[in-house]
Amino acid sequence: MRPEGRLELESLYFDYPAFASPADRAPLGMPAEVAIVGAGPVGMTAALTLARYGVRSVVLERKRTFNDGSRAICIARQSMQIFETLNAVGPFLDKALPYVAGRTFYRGEQILRFEMADSPDEKFRPMYNLQQQYIEAYLYEAVEASPFIDVRWGSEVRNLTDIEDGIRLSIADDLGAYEMDASWAVAADGARSTVRRLRGLRLQGENYEGRYVIADIRMAFDHPTERIALFDPSCRRGGTVLVHRQPDSIWRVDYQLTETETEDEALREDTIRTSVASVLRDIGYSGEWELEWWSMYSANTLALEDYRDGRVFFAGDSAHIVPIFGVRGLNNGFADAQNLGWKLAWVLQDKADERLLESYTPERRGATMDVFANAAKATRFMTPPTRGWTVMRDAALLLALRHPFAGEFANPRNMVPYTYAEGSLTRPDRHGFTGGPSPGAVAPNVALEDGFLLDRFGAGFNVVVCGALEGEPYRPGLDEVSVVAIVPGSEAARVYDADEGAAYLFRPDFHLCARWRKATWGEIRRALEWLLEGGSG
Amino acid sequence: MEPHLEDVYEALARAIDAAGRDKETLLLAKVALLFAQRLDDPLTACALIEEALVDLDAMGG
Repeated sequence: MRPEGRLELESLYFDYPAFASPADRAPLGMPAEVAIVGAGPVGMTAALTLARYGVRSVVLERKRTFNDGSRAICIARQSMQIFETLNAVGPFLDKALPYVAGRTFYRGEQILRFEMADSPDEKFRPMYNLQQQYIEAYLYEAVEASPFIDVRWGSEVRNLTDIEDGIRLSIADDLGAYEMDASWAVAADGARSTVRRLRGLRLQGENYEGRYVIADIRMAFDHPTERIALFDPSCRRGGTVLVHRQPDSIWRVDYQLTETETEDEALREDTIRTSVASVLRDIGYSGEWELEWWSMYSANTLALEDYRDGRVFFAGDSAHIVPIFGVRGLNNGFADAQNLGWKLAWVLQDKADERLLESYTPERRGATMDVFANAAKATRFMTPPTRGWTVMRDAALLLALRHPFAGEFANPRNMVPYTYAEGSLTRPDRHGFTGGPSPGAVAPNVALEDGFLLDRFGAGFNVVVCGALEGEPYRPGLDEVSVVAIVPGSEAARVYDADEGAAYLFRPDFHLCARWRKATWGEIRRALEWLLEGGSG
Repeated sequence: MEPHLEDVYEALARAIDAAGRDKETLLLAKVALLFAQRLDDPLTACALIEEALVDLDAMGG
């Protein structure tokens, strides 16, 4: 919502483009390899991932512009890494606000200062703040530059039926209606997914009690970028408040409603202005400010039982809705898109058995369940559901005034990449590693003399090799695999717990398939073949 | 005199009275967290919590 007198998309700082439905009607009905429903951040990431491997997609978006309002603003390191592999990270680095820390206050006193893991070995900072419409605009720059992606705005999917070896979509736009067949469909159409409804599927899980308002304002507040959390502040007794800095002098004020506040009342402009003003007093700002946009949310842990329905895959909010605490919503959506993207590409290009796709739900739903466990903890702290949780939360906050250990209960446990430890594409260790990334984990980065280790990774499968491997010098069946050499005894070898002859086989999404203390090319080839046949349960 | 478990018993009784009915639960929750942190053995702490839950109704009422 926006203040009285301003249009729905009339922002103080962002010019919303207006996209038209496709004017050239002739090619619209041509079959597509992949139809992606939704040109939000997740849909565009899926399209860019497919394009990276030369797979064409058609992206269908009901709206005619980018997302209204800032919404998902926290981009985790792993998401920046994904953008980099998609050659899209440049504008994000120019605009987004990086940060490593957060501070939590209880009744005006600081009880916790946390720092997210960071080191010189990391190319990207643990977290960046950027409004969602910028995220979409920057991904769209990359999408527009790709010859493999056809985005159709103002295009609504009206129906979606199974045909032999594909999906038939009925699409309506401003200029007419048409049908299009696709080998596969990706539903990236958000929390209120049309595709999910058309397929007769429902999200399952829990709704939490708390309701929160998010309001964006513009103000010249001189304060570093960090997560600020206020428990029981004088502006909202018994409630919680979060404050986040965004680019363009925009600040996110996020506060919990009390049980007696009605939604209608809370969302009235004068109520928003009064509530924001009292939060600003609490954080020590007394200058001018302008109201930009506001919205409301509640905390949910909802997911589909299966992220796949025949030839339709669900990614992002269409598959799972998580509480915002811990910033795992959109960040996991990016990981969904990347995971699905490379697997679909390998299957479509006959480089992998279709069984490879069976790993999508267990891997990504596993990540969602992990998010639920963490987010449920964070949510119970922010919004205790019963008296027991309230007593313990209050006890922890009071103790934290003098005992730093208790402040850690207020740590939001921000997003870290999920490890596919039990996955069907993951081979358990048999070789007694004591450190390094475990099977299923994402590849750790290492600073080298010239850049970073992950910069050397190729687009497909990668083998990190320490020194020289024993045995066969030739590598049949591994032509498309990139070899990333690390030097025995180096920092990289230390991070990977690798001595001469060790090897790590990484998937195109940088997750570890298998590793060997003393590898042979034959073993690596067999592991790759095993994975491309779909691995095993 | 040697410190004794009875000293803890008495200190808790006095602290509950000092906190008053409104705050006694909060006080005991704080005490439990402090003890558990010093104990540095979450498994044992959780087992002791389970043990404390037993026989709560034996007093009647």
